[in-house]
Amino acid sequence: MSVERYTRTAVLLHWLVALLVLGLFPLGLYMADLPLSPTKLKLYSYHKWAGVTVFALALLRLLWRLRHAPPPLPASQPAWQRRAAHAGHLLLYGFMFAVPLSGWLMSSAYGFTTVWFGVLPLPDLLDKNEALGDALKLVHRYLNYAFMALVAGHILAAFKHQWIDRDGTLDRMSWVKQESSC
Amino acid sequence: MLKRSIVVLVLSLCAPFVSAAEYGLLVPERSRIAFTSKQMGVPVEGEFKRYKVDVSFDPQRPETGRARIEVEVDSIDAGSKDANDEVRSKGWFDVKRFPVAAFVAEAGSVRALGGNRFEARGKMSIKGRTRDVVVPFTYGTEGTEAVLEGSIPILRTQYGIGEGAWSDTSVVADEVPVRFRLVLKPR
Repeated sequence: MSVERYTRTAVLLHWLVALLVLGLFPLGLYMADLPLSPTKLKLYSYHKWAGVTVFALALLRLLWRLRHAPPPLPASQPAWQRRAAHAGHLLLYGFMFAVPLSGWLMSSAYGFTTVWFGVLPLPDLLDKNEALGDALKLVHRYLNYAFMALVAGHILAAFKHQWIDRDGTLDRMSWVKQESSC
Repeated sequence: MLKRSIVVLVLSLCAPFVSAAEYGLLVPERSRIAFTSKQMGVPVEGEFKRYKVDVSFDPQRPETGRARIEVEVDSIDAGSKDANDEVRSKGWFDVKRFPVAAFVAEAGSVRALGGNRFEARGKMSIKGRTRDVVVPFTYGTEGTEAVLEGSIPILRTQYGIGEGAWSDTSVVADEVPVRFRLVLKPR
């Protein structure tokens, strides 16, 4: 049987964000503890550029999602799983906005304007205040731990659908049209 | 006859004010020496908090102007905790060996550019290296005080500020303009 899928735009945006987020987690963890060096400054800039990109893509995704209803979940799925999936996706959207925003605010509080790709300066939402910067650094860190846990759950759930339930859920987010093996 | 004596009277009354237009006593609270470094395209503000200024400037006779500005390098605030530790180190300002950076313009080095614009030719010494620089500045007044504002063009690598890996100017730009605002009282 062939499953109904997300639109191509939605699929493309999903995987772009997935790629960026999965790269940003280890980059963020690695760079934070580096001693100051040109490499560190470069990595911080790349991290910020990619983070702002996630924020922009999340915005696009939200707008797209509001106009394009997602394909239905498999009929076999129990109601609690549907509710859990729905809540999980809502939270993922929340983190896609909150995590880059907390980084942007932190940078702003530390007195560093975020300049997207070294070209487009973002407005500084906060005045320079190092203590506030330190607090926002913690906020950014813990939001990311929660985001990572949620992303891990999201991926595990997809694997479960693919290999245990074999209900074609993952095919809904697939770029190429394929027949479900169910 | 009467007219002439009035003119003489007025001129003699004015004379003290004309000579009083030589400025030189710094008002530190309202003066500032700051700079902007650019890191990965991001401008970062910094400043030097302590400096000594020995300036003499008369807008009517700019050719008599001279300046000696000595900056206590250790008073630098480069914009963040990390940067403040780093820029004091050997590869940057090496503040232990070179505690003072100075700009010196001898008498005769200032000229008027028209309007309220002037320029001073002098020598900039940082980290034991000295270079000729031309410093454009403007003259304005606030009450009885003179306000001299301008910018000293500095290429950091010419002075060995940021050596080794830090000499990569694509990460930290070579140009670090140092802006000054000196508020001076008449001498």
